[in-house]
Amino acid sequence: MEAGRQAPPTATGRAIRWISRPVRLLLVLTGTLFILAWPLSVLAQGETIGGTLVYRAEGERTPVEGVTITVSQDGTQIGTAVSDADGRWEVPLPGPGTYQVSLDVTTLPEGVTLTDPTKVELPNVAVLGGQGKSVIFPLGEGQVSGVSTYERIGALFVAGLKLGATIALAALGLSLIYGVTRLVNFAHAELVTLGAVLAYAFHASGIGPSWPLVFAAIPAVILVAWFGGLQSSYLWRPLRKRGTSLLSLMVVSIGLSFALRSLIQLTFGGQPVAYQDFAGQSAILVLGIPMVPKHLVTIGVTIVVLFLVTQFLQRSRAGTAMRAVADDRDLAESSGINVDRVIQLTWILAALLAALGGIFYGLNESVSYEMGFKILLLLFAAVVLGGLGTAYGVMVGGFVVGIVVEMSTLWLPAELKVVSGLVILIVMLLVRPQGIFGTRERIG
Amino acid sequence: MDWMQILAAGVLATIGPVTAGYALSAIGLNLQFGYAGLLNFGHVAFMLVGAYGTAMTVEFGGPLWLGLIVGIVAAVLLGLLLGIPTLRLRADYFAITSIAAAEVLRLVVRSSWSEPLTGGVFGLQGFGGAFHALNPFPTSELYGFGQFVVTGRALWVILVGWALVLLSTLLIARLIKSPWGRVLKAIREDEDATRSLGRNVFAYKLQALMIGGAIAGLAGILFALEQQSLHPDAFQPRITFILYVMVILGGAGSIGGAVLGAAVFNFLFFATDALMARLQANIDWIGAILSPAEAGLIKYVLVGVALMLLMVFRPQGLLRSRDEGRADAS
Amino acid sequence: MKVEPMRPELNIAHEPGVAKADPVLIIDGMRRAFGGLRAVDIDHLEFQRNTITSIIGPNGAGKTTLFNLLTGFDTPDHGQYSLDGELLIGVPAHQVAQRGMVRTFQLTKVLPRLTVLENLLVAAKTQPGATFRGAMLGGWQGAERQNEEQARDILQRFGLIAMANEYAGRLSGGQRKLLEMARALMVGPTVVMLDEPTAGVNPVLIQSLLEHVKGLRDSGMTVLFVEHDMDVVQSISDWVVVVAEGHVIAEGPPGVIARNPAVIEAYLGKHRGEDVA
Repeated sequence: MEAGRQAPPTATGRAIRWISRPVRLLLVLTGTLFILAWPLSVLAQGETIGGTLVYRAEGERTPVEGVTITVSQDGTQIGTAVSDADGRWEVPLPGPGTYQVSLDVTTLPEGVTLTDPTKVELPNVAVLGGQGKSVIFPLGEGQVSGVSTYERIGALFVAGLKLGATIALAALGLSLIYGVTRLVNFAHAELVTLGAVLAYAFHASGIGPSWPLVFAAIPAVILVAWFGGLQSSYLWRPLRKRGTSLLSLMVVSIGLSFALRSLIQLTFGGQPVAYQDFAGQSAILVLGIPMVPKHLVTIGVTIVVLFLVTQFLQRSRAGTAMRAVADDRDLAESSGINVDRVIQLTWILAALLAALGGIFYGLNESVSYEMGFKILLLLFAAVVLGGLGTAYGVMVGGFVVGIVVEMSTLWLPAELKVVSGLVILIVMLLVRPQGIFGTRERIG
Repeated sequence: MDWMQILAAGVLATIGPVTAGYALSAIGLNLQFGYAGLLNFGHVAFMLVGAYGTAMTVEFGGPLWLGLIVGIVAAVLLGLLLGIPTLRLRADYFAITSIAAAEVLRLVVRSSWSEPLTGGVFGLQGFGGAFHALNPFPTSELYGFGQFVVTGRALWVILVGWALVLLSTLLIARLIKSPWGRVLKAIREDEDATRSLGRNVFAYKLQALMIGGAIAGLAGILFALEQQSLHPDAFQPRITFILYVMVILGGAGSIGGAVLGAAVFNFLFFATDALMARLQANIDWIGAILSPAEAGLIKYVLVGVALMLLMVFRPQGLLRSRDEGRADAS
Repeated sequence: MKVEPMRPELNIAHEPGVAKADPVLIIDGMRRAFGGLRAVDIDHLEFQRNTITSIIGPNGAGKTTLFNLLTGFDTPDHGQYSLDGELLIGVPAHQVAQRGMVRTFQLTKVLPRLTVLENLLVAAKTQPGATFRGAMLGGWQGAERQNEEQARDILQRFGLIAMANEYAGRLSGGQRKLLEMARALMVGPTVVMLDEPTAGVNPVLIQSLLEHVKGLRDSGMTVLFVEHDMDVVQSISDWVVVVAEGHVIAEGPPGVIARNPAVIEAYLGKHRGEDVA
C-alpha cells in the first residue's frame, strides 16, 4: 500500500478510515446489499392474477410485449404489470377476493387491438386463497385506425425524444466517466436499472413506503448517486492506484455489471412491473400530434437537467475542473486540481443522471432487472455518435439515437428497432470512431 | 446435508456435454483472446451461427454431414465478415463493436422477419434425430456407479463432445507451437513492433478470429444437437461473459487452460447450484429469505464477482505464472 | 572523442536537399500536417547508401513523424519516397519492412512475454511455418533450426547470447535497445532506422551501443538515426541532416553542422558558445 495517502475526500470516508480494511469492505458490501435488498419486494408467493397476451392473426400466434395491465379492487388500485417478451404478466394480490382487471389500450402495439373492444376491463375476477388466477385478453388484428401519416410520424418522433431523454441522461454520465478516467464502464447500465428499481421500491413495492412516484424518485436518485460515489472510492480508485490496466478495468466493469444485474434479478424478481402513478394517461394533441403528458414531462425535465449540467460544466469551478481533468489529467493535477476528488464527483453526477434516466425509462416503458442492460448498447451508440468524452455531443447523440430507434419502426418490425441503434454504433466505430463532435485521438 | 449429492452434481456437470461444449467454445476464445489478444465480446455469435447453420440445413432436408459443414463454414464466414472491417479498431472499440454485432445477429435471427428460416421467437426443434441415431449405446441404459450415472443418450454426447475437445486442443497446440503461433503471441505483445518486423498483423488476427470462431461454431452445433432445440435467447451476451471467466480462470494463452477453466468453472457453478438448492430447502432462515428461483440466481452473482476478482488478483489464471501470462497484457 | 574521417562519396555540397552519389532512399515533396500544424514539409532529401546519417533538430521538429511516414506507420498528405528506386507510397508498415526498411522505436518495444531468442525468430524472413498453411502442414523445423542459428549469431555479436532464453521483459533498458537492433538485423534490411537509440541508456553502455551501430554500417546497411545527444552525433555520423519545424534547414558532415549558424539558431542558442567539436 502506498505510504502517505491523502485524507479521504468525504467526512464519511474519514470516519470509515479508522476501521480496518477487510471489515470496512465487508461493511460496505453488506450495507449496500442490505440497502438494495430491503426495500425491494420479493414477489409474494400468495395470490396472484396473471396471464399471457398473445396476438392471433392468420393462424399465427405472437406474444405481445409491453402492455400494461392494472388490477384494482373496489376502485383502489392494487397493482400493475407489464407483459414481458413472452407476453406473460403477473400481479401479486394482498389476499383472496374479487378484483377488476383492465388492460391499458394505449400500451398496445401498432395494429393490435382487443378482439372485443368492449372487454377492456374484466369486472369480476374471483381469486381463491393461494390461487394464481389466469385471465385472458384476446387480441387480434385491429382496424387501421384513422391515423394520418403525419400523426404517426409525429408520434414516433416524440417517442424517439422520450427514449432519447433516457439515453442522453445515462450516456452523458458514461461519457463523463470515460472523459476523466478513460474507463469504458459496462456497469453503467445497472445504475440506470437501480434508479428505476429503487424508485419502485419506495413507490409501489408493498414493502416500504408507498410514496407518490415524484417523491419516491428523490431517495432513489440520492441512493444511486451515493452508490456511484462508493464505487469510485472503494472499487475504481483502489484499482487505479494498483495500476490495473484500462482493459482489465473494463472487464472488471463487465463482471460488476453481471453481478449487479443478477443481484437485482434476485431481489427484484424476473418480471417487469410498471409504476402506478401516471399509468393510463390519455393522449392530448400538441401541434396535431397525439402525445401523452408524461412523455412531455420526461422530455421537458430532461432538457432542463441537461441544460443545468452544461451550465455546471461551463461555469462552476467543479465543472471546469472536470473538463480540465478530461482534457489533460497530468496538467490538471500539476495545476493543483485534486484529481481523485474530481473523479469521485464525476461518478456521483453520472450516477445521478443515470438514475434519473432510469426512472424516466421506467415511467414510459417498464421497470425490470435488465432494463439498463437492454439499452446499454444504445448508450454506447449515443456516446460513440457524439464523441467519447464529450458532453454536448453525447447529449445530442442520445436524442438522435432515440429518434432513429423509434422511427425505424416505420420500416422495421418493432422487435428489431434496437438494431437500428446498434447499426449506428457499428457504423460510427468503423467510419468515425471519435464521434461527430470528438477530436481524433489515437483511435485505431 | 447430502454432500455426495452435491459432489455428484458437480462432477456430472464437469464431465457432461455442457462442459464439453463450453470447453470447446472456450478453446476458440482462448485462441482469439488468450493468444492473439483480441477482445472479442461477441463470441457467442459464432456458436449461434454454427448451431443455426446446422439446424437449418437439417430442417430443410439436408443430411447431417452437410449440416455440420454448413455450420462450420458459417462460423468461419462470420469471422471474416466481422474481422475485415473491425480488426483495425482499438481494443476497447473492438470489444464494443463485437458485442453489438453479436446482439444484432441474435435479434435478427429472433425476429419475425427471419421466422420462416430460423423459427424466429419459437426457435427450431427436432433436428437432432440423425445425430442421436448414430449412438451405439442403448439410450435408456444407465452407465456409471452410485450417484454418478448417465444415460446412454448422454454418454454418446459426452464422448463426441470430449473427442472434439481433444481434437481441437491438439489442433491449437500444433498451431501455437509453430512459428505462426509465435507471430500471434508477438501481436498480442505489441502490434506495432510486430509490424515493423515485416509481419502482416491484420492477416494473423483475422485468421485467429476465423479459426477460433470455427471451433466455437462447433461448440454451438454440439449444444444444438444435444438439446435438440434451438432458441436465440440461449445465445445472449451472458454466455460470452461466462466464457471469459473460464478462459481467464484456466489461464489465457495456455494450451490446456480453456478446458481446465471450463471444467473448474462448471464444477463450482453446478456444485454451488446444488448446494444453494439444498440450503434453501433444508435451512429455515435461508428458505425464508430466498425462494428456489432466487437461490438459483446466486451463482450468477458469484460469476460476476469471480470475474472481477480474477482480473484484479489473478489475471494469469491457474496455469500460468505472473511473468509469462497475464490476461490484461499490461 | 574520435571524429570519423569523411567518406569520399560524401565530398559534396553542404546544401539541404543535395543529391547523393548513390542514394538508397529518396524523398520528394513530402508533407504531413496535423490539424493546422505542419509537422513535415520536405522538398527533397536523399540518403547516401552505406553511411550513418543522423537526423537532428529541436523537439517537435518532425523527426519521429518523418520516421513514421517513411516506415509506413503514417501516411503523408503529399509527396512520395522510394527505396532502391522502388516507390513506397501507401505501402503498409509490414510491407515496408519486408522490402528492406526496418525501424526501432523511441520507447523500446520488445515483446516482453517472449524470450530474447523468440523476439528474433519472429523477425526471421524465411519460415514457411509462419503461415497458417505452413503451420498445419508442418515440415518447418529445418528452417527453424537455420533461423535459430542465425539468431544466436546475432545475439552473440550483440553480447546478448546469455539472455537468449530469458523473457525479454526482464531485460534492462540498454539491453532492450540492443535487442531491438538485433531484431531489426534479423530481418536483413537495407536501411535501419533507429529512433533515439541512446535515449535512456546508461552512459557506460552508450559507447558499446555505438560500436554496434557502426557495425551495422560496416555490414553493408544504411543507418538513419534520430538523436538529441550532440556528442553521439559527432562521434559516429558520416552525415547530418538538420530538421526544424518540419523543414530540412541544413545538411553536411557533423563538424560543419555544429558550426552552422542556422542550426545553432534553430536550437535557440542551446549549444551557443559550447565547444561541440
